[in-house]
Amino acid sequence: MLKQTEGSKAVAEAIALCRPEVICAYPISPQTHIVEALGEMVKAGELTPCEFINVESEFAAMSVAIGASAAGARAYTATASQGLLFMVEAVYNASGLGLPIVMTVANRAIGAPINIWNDHSDSLSQRDSGWMQLFAETNQEAVDLHIQAFRLAEELSMPIMVCMDGFILTHAFERVDIPSQQQVDSYLPPFDPRQVLDPADPVSIGAMVGPEAFMEVKYLAHAKQMQAIERIPQLAAEFKQTFGRDSGGLIRTYRAEDAETIIIAMGSVLGTIKDTVDEMREEGHKIGVLGIISYRPFPLEQVRAALLHCRRFLVLEKSLAVGMGGIVATDVRMAVTGTGLKGYTAIAGLGGRAIPKSSLHKLFRQAEKEDLPPVTFLDLDWEAVNKQLERERLTRRSGPAAENMLHDKGIVSAKFG
Amino acid sequence: MSFQPVKFYQTGTYTVGNRLLAAVDHSVQADPLRSNSINSGHRACQGCGEALGARYAIDAAMAESHGQLIAVNATGCLEVFSTPYPESSWQVPWIHSLFGNAPAVATGVAAAMKVKGKTDVRIVAQGGDGSTTDIGFGCLSGMFERNDDVLYICYDNEAYMNTGVQRSSATPPAARTATTMPVGAEPGNAFGQGKNLPEIAMAHNIPYVATATVADLRDLEYKVRKAMGIRGARYIHLFVPCPLGWGTAPHDTILMARLAKESGTFPVFEAEYGEVTGVLKIRRQIPVEDYLKPQKRFAHLFGKHARPDMVARIQAIADRNIRKYGLLEQGANSNAE
Repeated sequence: MLKQTEGSKAVAEAIALCRPEVICAYPISPQTHIVEALGEMVKAGELTPCEFINVESEFAAMSVAIGASAAGARAYTATASQGLLFMVEAVYNASGLGLPIVMTVANRAIGAPINIWNDHSDSLSQRDSGWMQLFAETNQEAVDLHIQAFRLAEELSMPIMVCMDGFILTHAFERVDIPSQQQVDSYLPPFDPRQVLDPADPVSIGAMVGPEAFMEVKYLAHAKQMQAIERIPQLAAEFKQTFGRDSGGLIRTYRAEDAETIIIAMGSVLGTIKDTVDEMREEGHKIGVLGIISYRPFPLEQVRAALLHCRRFLVLEKSLAVGMGGIVATDVRMAVTGTGLKGYTAIAGLGGRAIPKSSLHKLFRQAEKEDLPPVTFLDLDWEAVNKQLERERLTRRSGPAAENMLHDKGIVSAKFG
Repeated sequence: MSFQPVKFYQTGTYTVGNRLLAAVDHSVQADPLRSNSINSGHRACQGCGEALGARYAIDAAMAESHGQLIAVNATGCLEVFSTPYPESSWQVPWIHSLFGNAPAVATGVAAAMKVKGKTDVRIVAQGGDGSTTDIGFGCLSGMFERNDDVLYICYDNEAYMNTGVQRSSATPPAARTATTMPVGAEPGNAFGQGKNLPEIAMAHNIPYVATATVADLRDLEYKVRKAMGIRGARYIHLFVPCPLGWGTAPHDTILMARLAKESGTFPVFEAEYGEVTGVLKIRRQIPVEDYLKPQKRFAHLFGKHARPDMVARIQAIADRNIRKYGLLEQGANSNAE
């Protein structure tokens, strides 16, 4: 059913349609609206049978989900930013145990400095946690990816994060097609666990494994993600049959067929990038887009195939590998090994810094001319940075750097974007 | 109604055969059909109090739940000595996740049972004093506060034994551990620190809190069975001497537990909704010195550089326990009986 709704509300409705049995809730912006909506549905008796548990931390949220999933219940939680970091030990544990938990990550920056706005640092920090990570471009895709995520997670018995940009998607009101219960039921069968805590057939889950088998257990997680490379496009195709929509898959290209320059990105910024590319196309630029939906597993072959015919690419990412450059860009460069393609990285939008079309026009034109350093920091205020570096050179007790730079910039909220 | 210890003619000992009791009063361990939830062949040290306590506790829980039990385990000695794959001593469905999350994992298991309508399946979570009083304390408090349907058993051996005897917040004053060495002006663990987990549990107003020791296994069985008859969050704090960490003879484990109780060092009581409802009286009071002296972890308090001042401070703590919980027959605190 088409409706004008908030992203979080739409996702909550999608989760409810997936018939979760245990939901763990702990507040952290910007995912809070999702679990709030689910809590209301459970309390009102609209989502039943389901246990909605207000836990005392994100660490507990993931731990309760682990217990519930190991006992054969379909378990769900949502988090972001510091919350994801607070639960990290349990995040790794869930994948190590092979428990198909689905978790929404409303992507948000990581402090310090504390910052509630969007970038991809949180889920990307869990790159190697053994969880799959799917990035939604729109709220419609966020809805659809959650439904696909439960199916994929349970099929492979591995957990999945569905990543959606905090505020930009979670708090945006737009038109979303919420599927019917019948459609979801026909796509997503009931959870049939591979292992379960059952007094009728006692098993020991989570015992110690030594050097004699640890590598094999870890390899199995890798093998599961390699299987996911095969399954994700198939599940997207099946999704289209049931729901009549293209949603999900590993990657998605846009106007890339004859493109000499391809812009690569994940999440909602693809919208702005496509608009910019449309405008540039009208002016005759041969430019296209490659959106990455499945960040983990990373579709190396598909990315390579999508880039083979272009001359250069630019990875625009909302994340920073401090001391190195790009995180997504590293994976993309791995994908094009040996092709000789020119590749650039742009770090953009950290901590909610707006990514306006005007900046993208300039950036993309520079990329076309191959007139970019290997790593660009989009719209970075060099004056503020250099002033602080100078201050630190001159004064030992230079004080909190963040405060100094904000003093230098003045009140900036009015100048946002 | 609180448990009334039966006094037998063999005074000075509680070792009495089931043949003297009515069949209904036989211990769970005496039943040839007991579940043997933790099989023999595990890797616990000789004289391990935790292995003994866990065996009695889990078998009692199995008996009370008619075999419908799921166990959750924190990281620690019990987890390590009972498992490494492919071997497992556990004859009940068992999960180990992390050091600090056993109460929350148990909450999840309980939620799954509830949502699936399997309310006959009961959940026990367990951990040592390190996971219970320190790293898993937040999750434990959360589980208590929500009154989740979980029995949590803390096996308290008063330090992190699995990692090599480091101090926990359950380590007693003056005790030598690898991180509270017997050097300096006040050798061993500091006075005036540490947590009293049973009292903290009681402050959550949960339906049932009890302490027990491996010196009185019938009392332990009784408390586990009683706890299993109650819904909601329940807590049993079980005192389990550790020969390795304490420097005691393996054959003295039960003796040490008894001396801890008889000196007033470890009060044995039960409480419902935050109120003490029963205590196990001290049978024959002994000075704390008699409890401390056989333990190498307290050796620095005696001998050439004896510290009677520190022993006196430990005695004062025991005396306070005796007053507070009414552990002596005479002058018992009316509130505590």
